[in-house]
Amino acid sequence: MRSSVFLLCVVGLSLTQIQFSSADLVKQTCRQTPNYDLCVQTLRSDPRSSHADVAGLAMVMVDMIKAKSIATLHRISELLGTAPHPKTKATLRRCAELYDNAVLKADIPSAMEALKTGNPKFAEQGANDAANEADSCERAFSGASPITSFNRSVSDLSRVASAIIRLLL
Amino acid sequence: MADPNPARTFADPEDPIIAATVPDHYTPLLDVDPPAGENSRRPLKGFLVILSGLVLVGLLMALISENGPSVSQDSQQNDLTLNAPAESTNISAQFLEPASRGPSTGVSEKSFRLHSGVRAPFPWSNTMLTWQRTGYHFQPEKNWMNDPNGPMFYGGWYHFFYQYNPDAAVWGNIVWGHAVSKDLIEWLHLPLAMVADQWYDTNGVWTGSATLLSDGQVIMLYTGATNESVQVQNLAYPADLSDPLLVDWVKYPGNPVLVPPPGIDDKDFRDPTTAWYWPDGKWRIAIGSKVNKTGISLVYNTEDFKKYELIEGVLHAVPGTGMWECVDLYPVSLKEDNGLDTSFNGPGVKHVLKASLDDDKNDYYAIGTYSLESGNWTPDNPNLDVGIGLRYDYGKFYASKTFYDQNKQRRILWGWIGETDGESADIKKGWASVQSIPRTVVFDKKTGTNILQWPVAEIKSLRKSSKKFDKLEVGPGSVVTLEVEKATQMDITAEFEIDKEALKRIGESDVEYSCRTSGGSAQRGELGPFGLLLLADEGRCEQTPVYFYVAKGTDGQLKTFFCTDESRSSLANDVDKRIFGSTVPVIKGEKLSMRILVDHSIIESFAQGGRTCITSRVYPTKAIYGAAQLYVFNNATSASITASIQTWAMKSAYIRPYSSHQES
Repeated sequence: MRSSVFLLCVVGLSLTQIQFSSADLVKQTCRQTPNYDLCVQTLRSDPRSSHADVAGLAMVMVDMIKAKSIATLHRISELLGTAPHPKTKATLRRCAELYDNAVLKADIPSAMEALKTGNPKFAEQGANDAANEADSCERAFSGASPITSFNRSVSDLSRVASAIIRLLL
Repeated sequence: MADPNPARTFADPEDPIIAATVPDHYTPLLDVDPPAGENSRRPLKGFLVILSGLVLVGLLMALISENGPSVSQDSQQNDLTLNAPAESTNISAQFLEPASRGPSTGVSEKSFRLHSGVRAPFPWSNTMLTWQRTGYHFQPEKNWMNDPNGPMFYGGWYHFFYQYNPDAAVWGNIVWGHAVSKDLIEWLHLPLAMVADQWYDTNGVWTGSATLLSDGQVIMLYTGATNESVQVQNLAYPADLSDPLLVDWVKYPGNPVLVPPPGIDDKDFRDPTTAWYWPDGKWRIAIGSKVNKTGISLVYNTEDFKKYELIEGVLHAVPGTGMWECVDLYPVSLKEDNGLDTSFNGPGVKHVLKASLDDDKNDYYAIGTYSLESGNWTPDNPNLDVGIGLRYDYGKFYASKTFYDQNKQRRILWGWIGETDGESADIKKGWASVQSIPRTVVFDKKTGTNILQWPVAEIKSLRKSSKKFDKLEVGPGSVVTLEVEKATQMDITAEFEIDKEALKRIGESDVEYSCRTSGGSAQRGELGPFGLLLLADEGRCEQTPVYFYVAKGTDGQLKTFFCTDESRSSLANDVDKRIFGSTVPVIKGEKLSMRILVDHSIIESFAQGGRTCITSRVYPTKAIYGAAQLYVFNNATSASITASIQTWAMKSAYIRPYSSHQES
């Protein structure tokens, strides 16, 4: 009886130990980014993070940038459908172009390939570029942006990704 | 992945450098060690205590994670109230960069764009973007290029290969582009030499080098990223050696010929060098890598380029430098002005060891001795070792590679010059990156501590209408227009003399000058800055100064700085605008001299015959086409300067696809 309780504790303890080790890597990694909370929350939300090395964590983050960028494009489409003011419309269109052509078609694939194949400086470039595109879009509205939370999200995630990728260099 | 077995180390523990830098074992990144075995020996009571403690901690952690940021998808939120730019609180303070007087940002390149203040996207017009394309620098017709690969002279042609993305203006899907030239200036684009069609390079046909054997064989070694993203080395050779254009290439069926050795990460093993012949009758190659934060160069020997043996120890290692990419090792003559074959060694020869540092994206070199006895390379000055000392170029210049040009007995250097504008502009204009004009490399006999780089002589074939401005007096705080034909495509040489009285008068400075942290050409000193204003519009709203700044250092010695100031190069705020440069040694009696190649969005500058070089990418919005002008300036407070300048307008180089109807 004693030995089976013993065994249960051993197994239970081992499981929590493993859990803590990978959680440690997430914490350790996120501490070196400009937004610890966002970093931890994003990584924890993806099951891959529990078995990932730093490159893997970076890939999880890049995937999240991709997801947020797609969400932003959808939101832009919605807004365009509400017949907005011509100036806003033009800026929305420009942003759509940035997110579609630059972030989704160029930055994300480039960063992912670089992380996968082990050439991190190009992944860092891709992440930095994504942050710049998101910031560019936001600035273009001159303070009257209808998609600030989306742009901020992409921008913040990209900066966190960039910081994680820096650790690989 | 790293080998955790402490007994298996490739490093030679006798080598003092290695003993100090290479650890006894290699810790994998993710340290997951199920401690089950250990715990079973503990008493049960202790177990329960630990278990309950862990449960408590676990609960605590769950509590903490609840307070994560809510990444709001609230689309209803109207953000009109947020007038100030919203920034994540952890980003360092922003500063506005006025167009007319930009302070140097002084941050490392990787984070530049994230910290550089208000970045309103610039409405780039097609006219502006089209202007950016160079007139005489090598670049493919479109899309992305990076590292130079396998440069060589064969069959009467200079061959040049390069990392290329056939699909986009960003890095990815990398294959080998190919072009040939008779003079390193005019180029014919050939079909892609190698694509990613094998399991061992399906994720990237990466950088490599050529070795020419005395029996006429051409050996190409290159890095492949395999289907499992392991970096391996592969062998390829021309399909037909009688084709001087070497259009078709064959990959050795036995590839890969090299895989990462024990102790080296799968992703830290790339860019094989040209081979050199060793007294034992075998060939040697070097491959860059790293162990933790120590940059290293591995050495292999081979007889047939198919089977390799890792040589114990490393060629060299420098702690703290990180991954060494594009390693290059070559001899330079201490006495002669010609280049040397890569295998050359002996008295009267030193060896340059170079690495591209992944960490800061700069190319560093050091001069030293390559011992035929020990097989080690040692720097002449350990304080200026690889990665911590001299750079080939103090601007934008990376992944460079030399080759021995047996046609004219020169050592020639190629360097990848990336873009420093916004990446959405690259996508809009449809291309990214150029190559430097090939440079000859020789040992600087006068200083003994530098190499000299100089644009190949063939560039002069592009020179047309010349203008001379002899002994121009430029007083302190003045700017003089230089009437030239075409300020966007120029070759310029200039010599400067500071008036002797001012030189005598100069006092000591208690602050050490640095191009990078200075106020650029707007920061006035007694003896500088003075130089040329390139790509400047008439009102000089946009200008790129290349200048000298002379000052007495804290040690009482006169020091000369050579800088390029991009801070006012463009009204656009979505381009990099840094101030680059370094000190340049000036031998007693030498005049201060510079040579500048201006070619639209690239400016290559050389001081004191190529002792210090700066390559700059600039993207003016107004100072383009006919609106661009050239000035000489002197912003010193007290010294007058005398300038003698010669300028040439440059023809464009004929760089175009090879047609099958072409007569060779």
